[in-house]
Amino acid sequence: MRTMKILLFIALLVPFAAHSGGSDLVLDKAPIDTSDHASLQRGAKSFVEYCLTCHGASFMRYNRHRDIGMNEDDIRSQLIHTGQKTGGLMESAMKKKEAEEWFGVVPPDLSVIARARGADWLYTYLRTFYRDSTTYSGWNNLTFDKVAMPHVLHQLQGQQVLKAEQKSGSTGSAMSNLEIAVPGLMTKAEYDSFVADLVNYMVYLGEPHAAHRKELGTMVILFLIGMLGLTYLLYKEYWRDIH
Amino acid sequence: MSKQKKSLLEWIDERFPLTATWKAHLSEYYAPKNFNFWYYFGSLALLVLVNQLLTGIFLTMNYKPDAGMAFASVEYIMRDVDFGWLIRYMHSTGASMFFVVVYLHMFRGMMYGSYRKPRELLWLIGMAIFFVLMSLAFTGYILPWGQMSYWGAQVIVSMFGAIPFIGDTLSNWILGDFMLSDAALNRFFAYHVVTLPVLIVVLVFVHIIALHEVGSNNPDGIEIKANKDPKTGIPVDGIPFHPYYTVKDIFGVIGFLIVFCGIIFFAPEMGGYFLEDNNFIPANTLQTPDHIAPVWYFTPYYSMLRAVTVNFLWIDAKLWGVILMAAAVVIFCFLPWLDRSPVKSIRYKGPYFKTALTLFVISFFVLGWLGTQAPTPLYTLLAQIFTVIYFAFFLLMPWYSKIDKTKPEPKNVTK
Repeated sequence: MRTMKILLFIALLVPFAAHSGGSDLVLDKAPIDTSDHASLQRGAKSFVEYCLTCHGASFMRYNRHRDIGMNEDDIRSQLIHTGQKTGGLMESAMKKKEAEEWFGVVPPDLSVIARARGADWLYTYLRTFYRDSTTYSGWNNLTFDKVAMPHVLHQLQGQQVLKAEQKSGSTGSAMSNLEIAVPGLMTKAEYDSFVADLVNYMVYLGEPHAAHRKELGTMVILFLIGMLGLTYLLYKEYWRDIH
Repeated sequence: MSKQKKSLLEWIDERFPLTATWKAHLSEYYAPKNFNFWYYFGSLALLVLVNQLLTGIFLTMNYKPDAGMAFASVEYIMRDVDFGWLIRYMHSTGASMFFVVVYLHMFRGMMYGSYRKPRELLWLIGMAIFFVLMSLAFTGYILPWGQMSYWGAQVIVSMFGAIPFIGDTLSNWILGDFMLSDAALNRFFAYHVVTLPVLIVVLVFVHIIALHEVGSNNPDGIEIKANKDPKTGIPVDGIPFHPYYTVKDIFGVIGFLIVFCGIIFFAPEMGGYFLEDNNFIPANTLQTPDHIAPVWYFTPYYSMLRAVTVNFLWIDAKLWGVILMAAAVVIFCFLPWLDRSPVKSIRYKGPYFKTALTLFVISFFVLGWLGTQAPTPLYTLLAQIFTVIYFAFFLLMPWYSKIDKTKPEPKNVTK
């Protein structure tokens, strides 16, 4: 009996870590804070500017950005460049057929990409592009080998190349294998913070109701804890005469 | 007023056994007074079933069973339907929690010998519920049409293809196509929202009727009906289900809801175990994910499927895997006849049974964990070892339960 309870307890502690990695690469920890509306708004603007041309986020409506402190006018002036209505979905400007001709693959919809890949993966991925003359686009990525996507943000980050002495199987950050060959408009710290905002926004985009969910959850749990006390007293009261 | 009420009840009772049913199943259904923690899970399973039925109805109102629209319609529910995210998480968390409470409910039965005479049929009906539950989980998991929905289903359907001679025809017949496609999605949707829910509700009803016929077992594994008050004819150790167990179960329900809501509101993916990461990628029929793992509740069986690596006799390894996996589930049905112990409950059973049950639980968890991992030679070896232990628990039971040193059962139930 006792053993069984202990076993049950151990079972409940089984580590919850089923995120699929695929490679042995160590991912950098993304500094995510979806309560930081300023960061989310910066991320939203960069997303619309750099990502939405090729990728869609077609499960998301523009007017949903009221969640992160933008009003209709902000949304219209800062996010919508395609003349859509604010109630419209964030669809890609590029046609699927054209995309296939240009990249050989249709760029995936990014609405729930943060839930599929995880924030750390995206944060690392967007920072590990490097020049590679052997690929079609001239770019490769340490996090996603032979990815079809070119380095859209290279003007900001600059152009990275693989370091001469490769630390194969290194356990450090993927970034330690890369160095800047041609500097971009941003310093490394500026670019990291730019990507952090963008990934922060994509985490929000994956589950826009998450903040509301946790808020509501706190109230529900508090209510239930109160109810647990009351129902316990009721149970004990009824059972007083059972021996 | 009260006279009118009374006459209304009389009017009904003359036409329908309302009072009699209430008495037979609640206010005068005598349950043993020593139910412990493990006895919450039956009523909790019923709660989760109701949760699945209700949230399922609302999901059906907005879901589109169409290979081109299914994935988007789930995200539509998550974003554009009022409280759609809550309904969907209640349903997805409910699916996993259904298995949690059912596994614990079955384990309770194994600990206290609830499958023994006169409850063999009750146990078999319960097993039928378990089979339907597995089918519900499988058909439901396909519906979001994500990568894991698609490729997980592909693995399961390919198992039918392993059956000799008729395999290919059978899987085509099940799928309605030569591959997993829109046709299959539509028919699995029909099974998931009509056929299987009706079946499970009927079986649960029958399960409760059978339970109330033979009476509940208890942690001591003794029959309370054997010791009745000579005057009233009521079991000495029995108490009316209502109000005693209704108030106790309400307390249990609130305790369960704290865990349930904790997951829904704070960890709906449960670290990738309840909602898998890859299932947030729409199904792609041309791209197999590098690692396919079913949802956690199927992983012990999935491990066994993969554990068989050699062809044996004239049957190839894959078919053996399928046979082994099916046997691992069906073998529970034979428990009432495998157990030869003179006592029912683990409290009075000897060290052999306790060791065997502990090893069984360990093997279930280890196999479950292995099923989530990509196979390596070491993991496959471990899966083989624990598969043997899993089956040994059942197949050796007639022997070890018979020679085990048991303690005498008490006359009355104990705390």
